[in-house]
Amino acid sequence: MTDRLRSLTKKPTWRALIFWLLPAAFLGYFFYQPLLALFNLLISPDWGFRLAELDLNRLWQPLWFTTAQAALSTLLTLIIGLPGAWLFANYIFPGKKLLKILTTLPFILPTVVVAAGFNALLGPRGWLNLGLMALFNLESPPIQFLNTFGAILTAHVFYNTTIIIRVVSNAWSQQNIRLQQAAKVLGASPWQTFREVTLPLLKPSILAGTLLVFLFNFTSFGVILMLGGPQFATLEVEIYVQALHMLNLPLASILSILQLICTLAITLGHNKLAGHQKMTIVPRSQEIGTRKPKHTLERLATTLLVIILFSLLVAPLASLALRSVVKLEASRGERGEITRGFTLQFYRELGVNRLGDLFYVPPITAARNSLIFALITILITITLGILVAYALRQRSPINAVLDPLLMLPLGASAITLGLGFIIVFNRPPFSNFRFPILLPIAHSLVALPFIVRTLSPALQSIPDSLRNAARALGAPPLRVWREIDLPLLSPAIIVSIIFGLTISLGEFGASSFLTRPDYPTLPIAIFRYISQPGALNYGQALAMSTLLMIVCAGGIFIIEHFQATSKDWL
Amino acid sequence: MLKVSNIQKTYEGKPLLNGVSFTVSTDETICLLGSSGSGKSTLLRIIAGLEEAEGGQVFWKEKPLADLPAHQRRFGLMFQDYALFPHRNVAENIAFGLRMQDRPKAEIEQRVRAALETIDMLGFEDRKVTELSGGEQQRVALARAIAPEPRMLMLDEPLGALDRTLREQLSYELRSILRKTKVPAIYVTHDQEEAYAIADRLLLLHNGIILQSGKPHEIYRHPKNAWVAKFFGLGNLIQGKVVGHSPLTVETSMGMIQASCDGEQPGIGSQTTVLFRPTRACPQRENCTNQVTGEVLDQVFQGETYRVTLRINRDLPNFNVQLSEPVQIGQTLTVGYHPEDILCLENRDM
Repeated sequence: MTDRLRSLTKKPTWRALIFWLLPAAFLGYFFYQPLLALFNLLISPDWGFRLAELDLNRLWQPLWFTTAQAALSTLLTLIIGLPGAWLFANYIFPGKKLLKILTTLPFILPTVVVAAGFNALLGPRGWLNLGLMALFNLESPPIQFLNTFGAILTAHVFYNTTIIIRVVSNAWSQQNIRLQQAAKVLGASPWQTFREVTLPLLKPSILAGTLLVFLFNFTSFGVILMLGGPQFATLEVEIYVQALHMLNLPLASILSILQLICTLAITLGHNKLAGHQKMTIVPRSQEIGTRKPKHTLERLATTLLVIILFSLLVAPLASLALRSVVKLEASRGERGEITRGFTLQFYRELGVNRLGDLFYVPPITAARNSLIFALITILITITLGILVAYALRQRSPINAVLDPLLMLPLGASAITLGLGFIIVFNRPPFSNFRFPILLPIAHSLVALPFIVRTLSPALQSIPDSLRNAARALGAPPLRVWREIDLPLLSPAIIVSIIFGLTISLGEFGASSFLTRPDYPTLPIAIFRYISQPGALNYGQALAMSTLLMIVCAGGIFIIEHFQATSKDWL
Repeated sequence: MLKVSNIQKTYEGKPLLNGVSFTVSTDETICLLGSSGSGKSTLLRIIAGLEEAEGGQVFWKEKPLADLPAHQRRFGLMFQDYALFPHRNVAENIAFGLRMQDRPKAEIEQRVRAALETIDMLGFEDRKVTELSGGEQQRVALARAIAPEPRMLMLDEPLGALDRTLREQLSYELRSILRKTKVPAIYVTHDQEEAYAIADRLLLLHNGIILQSGKPHEIYRHPKNAWVAKFFGLGNLIQGKVVGHSPLTVETSMGMIQASCDGEQPGIGSQTTVLFRPTRACPQRENCTNQVTGEVLDQVFQGETYRVTLRINRDLPNFNVQLSEPVQIGQTLTVGYHPEDILCLENRDM
C-alpha cells in the first residue's frame, strides 16, 4: 500500500494534483462560484429579469465610452512612452537611475494615492489653482480639472507611460547589439538600421505593452470615480453604480459579463504576444550600447524628455506630500484669520474621531484595518502561490489546463469580483462574521496572479542539478527544500510579500463593495475624506495618501534590491 | 564493489540504455566513454539514485540499491555544470555534505580546510562561487564531492565546460587527486584524450550497451569493430570484401590488400573495413607486401613528424600518413604497409 502511494507521488500528474488541491479549492469556491453566480443571475427566474426586455443602449453606451477612453488614453501614453523607451534604451543622462526607480512607482501606487496627488496638484484646492487665485486675486479656482475627461486621460497617462517605457526599453536594450552592428557593417544608415532591424524586433514588445496599457485603461475604476466623477460611466463605474446605488443587480451582472469577455480577449492577445517575445532576446550586460547624447538636436530632445518625464512622475506625488503638511485654507467651522503655513496638524488628527460618529472611525483605525487585511492577504497568497509554483513545476499536461484558470482572475476586474462576492456570500456563514474576512480573500484573488508570476519563474530558474547535488551529498528531501529551494526562493518570496502588501493596501474596486462602515480600509477612508468639505478632511485625506505612498515607495526599493540580488545568483 | 546489471531506460519513447552491465572494483577509476546523447549522464544519475531505471539493478557489495534513496547512497557526484550552490560561499559549498552527516563543527572546518588544500585553493573559503573562474569552480565542485568521503565518486564530464589548455592541465590534476583519495570512481566523458589520461579501464557506451571495455591501450590496439576505430579516430578506414584466407586478403578499390585480424578470420565474401594506422606507414615500401600510392594533397608539420594527406582515387576518402621526412605537395607518393599493421574489422554498429 505504501509502495503504491510512493509510486503515485512519483507520477508528475499526481504530484501536480496534490499541489493544486488547495489553490484549486480556494479559486473554485471564491472565484469561480461568484463568477458563475453572475451568469446564474441572468437566467434564474427568481430575479424577474428578462434578457429580451433589456435596453441594449444601457450596454453599448458604457462599452463604447470605456473603449474610446481606453483607446485615447493608450494613444497619449504611447506618444510619451515610446520616446521615453528610446531615451532609456540608448542614452546615458544625469538622473537616469533616479528616474528609473521613479518609473516603477506607478506600478504599485494605489489609485487613490494617484487621484489624491492630481487633486493636490490640479484640483480646486490644489497648488496650481490656489497659486493662480493668489496671483490674480481670483474668487474661484480658474482651472477646472476634477470631473473632466482630461483628468481621466492625464491620470491614465501617468499610470501607464512607465509600462511602455519599461516593457519597450527592456526589449530594446536586450536586443543583441551585434544585429545593429551587422546592419551597419552591411551599409545601413542609422535610420535604416532602426527601420529594418531594431523596429521589427521591437514590434512584439510594443504591441504587448500597448495591449497591457489598453487593458489597464479599460478596467480602470478608482481613477475614473475619483477624478472623473460618476457622469463618466465606464463599464466599471456603471457596474458599481448599478449594483450599489441603483440596486439593479441583473444589469450589473450583465455588464460584468460583458466586461469579462472584453478583458479576457485582451489578456489572451497579450499573453500570445508576450510569449513570442522571448525568442529574440539575447541578453547583453547593462549599459552596453548606451551613450551620452552628442548632437545639439539629440541633447535638446533628451533634455526635454527628461524634464517631461520627471514632471509627469514627480509633480503629482510631490504636490501630494507637500500639500499634506501645509495649511492654506479654513477648516470647517473655523472663522476669522487662519494661520497659513507648515503644519503637522493633519497627521496628528489622524487618530481623532472629530465627528464623534459611530460609523466614522478615525483614519488611524482604517490604517490598522488595512494592515490586518494586508497581513492575511500575504499569508493566503504566499501559501497558495508557493503551492501553485510547485504544481506548475511538475511536467504534467494538467498544468496546461489549470494555469490559464488561475490567471483568469487577472482578467476579471476587481469590481466584478466584488459584485460576485456580494451576490454569493451575503448570507451565513460570511454575513455572520463581525470581521470582514471576505475583504482579504478578495485582495488575495487580485494579488495571486502577480505572486504566482513572481514565484513560479524564480522556482523554475533553480536548476535541478542543485537539488540533485544536495541529494547526492546526503540531504533528505525535506532538507533539500530547506537548504536549496527556500534560500534561493527567498528574494522572490520577499518581492511577493511586498506585492501582496501593496496590492492589499491599495485595492479599491473590490473593497468598495465589501467594506463595512465600521471596518473601512485606508483607500476607502481616503475616498470618503477627500470629497468632504473643510481643510481638515482634505488635509487628512492627503496625509493618509502620503503615508500610503511612502509605504509603497519603500516597497519598490525593497523589490528593486531583491530583484538585483536574485539576478546575481542565477 | 559496484555492479551494474542489465540497466534499461527509454527517453521520450526511444530506448536509451539497452541492458548496460559492468562492474567497478576497489581503487579503480573507470571511464565511461560515449558520444553525446549516448545516455552516459543518465546512467550516472541512475547509479546515484537520482533517476529510476526501467529495468535492471545496481548492486553495492552484492546488495541491491533499488530501495536506497539517493541521499543515503553516499556516492559523490560531480555535475557537468558543477551545480555549486549560488547562495553559499566556497567553504559552505564544500561543507554541505559534511553537515548532512551531522559531523561536529570542528571536524567540518578541518575537513573543509583539508579539501581546499587538496585542490590548492586555501584562502578561497569566503569567496562567492559565482565569482570564481571556470577552473576554480570545477575544483570546488570536486572538493565538495570528495569532502564527505563518499564510498564511490562519479564525475559527469567534469572538464567539459573548460577550454583546451585548462582541460589538459586539470585532467592531470584530477588524475593525481583520484589516485590520492583512493576511492573507486566512474568518470564520464566524450573526449578520448581525457579518458586516456584518467582511466584505469575504459567502457565504451554505444547504442545503449557497453560495446567494448578494457585498458586504454588494449582498446587502442584492438578495437572491436569499425565503429570503435572510427570513434577513437584510429586512422584510415577503407571498405572492402574478404576474398581469401591465410593470408587474409581483402579486395578494396585500391587493389588487393593483405591484412591481419584479432581472433577468427571473417568469412570469405563478407564485407569488412580495413584500418590503416597513419603511424605505421613505412617509407621503405620495398620491404612491404602492401603498397598505397596517391597524390600528395597537403602536408602539416607536427613537430617530430609530418602529417601527409594523400588522394588515392576519386572513390576513396583522403588517406593520412605520418612521415618523419617532408615530401613535395603535388608529387606522387607510395608508402608500404605490413600485413600485421592493417587491421580487418567487423562492419557492425556503423
